[in-house]
Amino acid sequence: MPEPSEVLLHVEHLKKDYQTAQETVPAIGDLTFDVNRGELVCIVGPSGAGKTTLLKCVAGLLAPTSGLIELDGVRVSAPPQKMALVFQEYGRSLYPWLTVAGNVDLPLRNQGMPRDVRRSIVERTLDSVGMAGTASKYPWQLSGGMQQRVAIARAVAYGPEILVMDEPFASVDAQTRADLEDLVRELWSSLGVTVLFVTHDIDESVYLAQRVLVLSHAPTSVQEDVTIDLPAERDQLNTRADPRFIALRTHIYAQIQIAKRGTAR
Amino acid sequence: MSRPVSSGRRALEGAAYSLAFPLALLGLWAASTLLAPNRFFPGPARIVEAFINTWLGESFVIDVLPSLIRLGIGIVASILLGIALGALIGSFRHVRSLLEPLLEFFRAVPPPVLVPVFLLVLGITNEMKIAVIVSGAVWPVLLNTIEGVRAIDPVMRETAQSYKFGRATRVFAVVLPGAAPQIMTGVRQCLSVALILMVISEMFASSAGLGYRISYFQRNFLIAEMWGGILLLGLIGVALSVIYRVVERAVLHWYHGLKEIERA
Repeated sequence: MPEPSEVLLHVEHLKKDYQTAQETVPAIGDLTFDVNRGELVCIVGPSGAGKTTLLKCVAGLLAPTSGLIELDGVRVSAPPQKMALVFQEYGRSLYPWLTVAGNVDLPLRNQGMPRDVRRSIVERTLDSVGMAGTASKYPWQLSGGMQQRVAIARAVAYGPEILVMDEPFASVDAQTRADLEDLVRELWSSLGVTVLFVTHDIDESVYLAQRVLVLSHAPTSVQEDVTIDLPAERDQLNTRADPRFIALRTHIYAQIQIAKRGTAR
Repeated sequence: MSRPVSSGRRALEGAAYSLAFPLALLGLWAASTLLAPNRFFPGPARIVEAFINTWLGESFVIDVLPSLIRLGIGIVASILLGIALGALIGSFRHVRSLLEPLLEFFRAVPPPVLVPVFLLVLGITNEMKIAVIVSGAVWPVLLNTIEGVRAIDPVMRETAQSYKFGRATRVFAVVLPGAAPQIMTGVRQCLSVALILMVISEMFASSAGLGYRISYFQRNFLIAEMWGGILLLGLIGVALSVIYRVVERAVLHWYHGLKEIERA
């Protein structure tokens, strides 16, 4: 177990059931894991493994049935200030009536930050995600990948300690996706922010993470905690050709197959 | 894409198209009144003459202006009240289930039957006439706002939640803009209802106003003057819809842009 001060996000025996009219559907069975400060952790699991449910609980948007979630030692019962979320559905998460700059600015304006401070933060973060010069455009005038960059800029500008991303690149094309993955790695190392990244793409999880948590089939638990011992410098060509990368992705792939069949435990 | 020459020409063409049919009808009307004169259907020239004599003099200040001011206040009050109540009711499930049966009931009551009630409570005043307008014109705004607020994308709501938006940010930066397309639909219906009720509010216990004058002309068989009044009402309706279109384009420019891209 790591030092208490090292742990930023602590999830312990998390359980979430959905109540329907007829029955209780268990979504998350028993989840326990930690994310350390400054870590980049990916969560992969077969579809229907309750990944989004888990993130909503972690983000304080959904109350767990039982169990404990702590961010920096404080129990999460509402969306925490230290966390910023990037949703899969960028088109529905960005506000279409606001410009790109307006979207990035809104959480800051809500905090009552002075205008000139806000303006420089917005400009800097848009620049850092490669979206300088789009400030006055509307999100819907941009491609999907660019919209997700704006959503990332909004999250980064918020100044979180942990960035939580829910399958953020699931609906962009492969080329754009590779660029966005590199952007996440780049922001992670330059900002020193902790990243919790949920994906169903095994290659993506291995490419991005220092650690991959493989989830089981519902009711979900952590099936395996895989340390990704690849060099910190990663690039789309060499990293993905690295025998170690291939070994890790093969291993996780096999784990997911087991998870799908629901035979692991 | 849009060369200045062609866009100018297109505007002219558009104007020609939208005017052609009304002008043709006018011509037909003039011709038929010449061919088959009828005292209840005077020709356009006679009506325009009556229109100028009746409305553009003293009566403009005595009848038309007060009516328009009451109409304006009634519309603005209906919109503000409808949006405020609608946002409140739409945001809270409990308030909604508490009020919904009551709303259904009051919405079903035709406002003209309320005129005597307002007369009793408010007397023969401007407030009474404005109350009549609001009592009918508020509903389309209110009900559309409730629907619009309810239908806001859950991801947008979760985004607002996760960034810990305060109440003011949530209402003015998320809920109202998100419901704006639906609210504007309600506003458009509100305008026509308000115009009708402006006339009705002046038909009872009144001594001035557009509605009063038109019913006076009707009762005294001043047929051309009556038609002139109807013409004026039509023109007010057209003016309202032009104002609406300008405001709508300003408020919902993002919505139209978004829809255009979705269609492409």
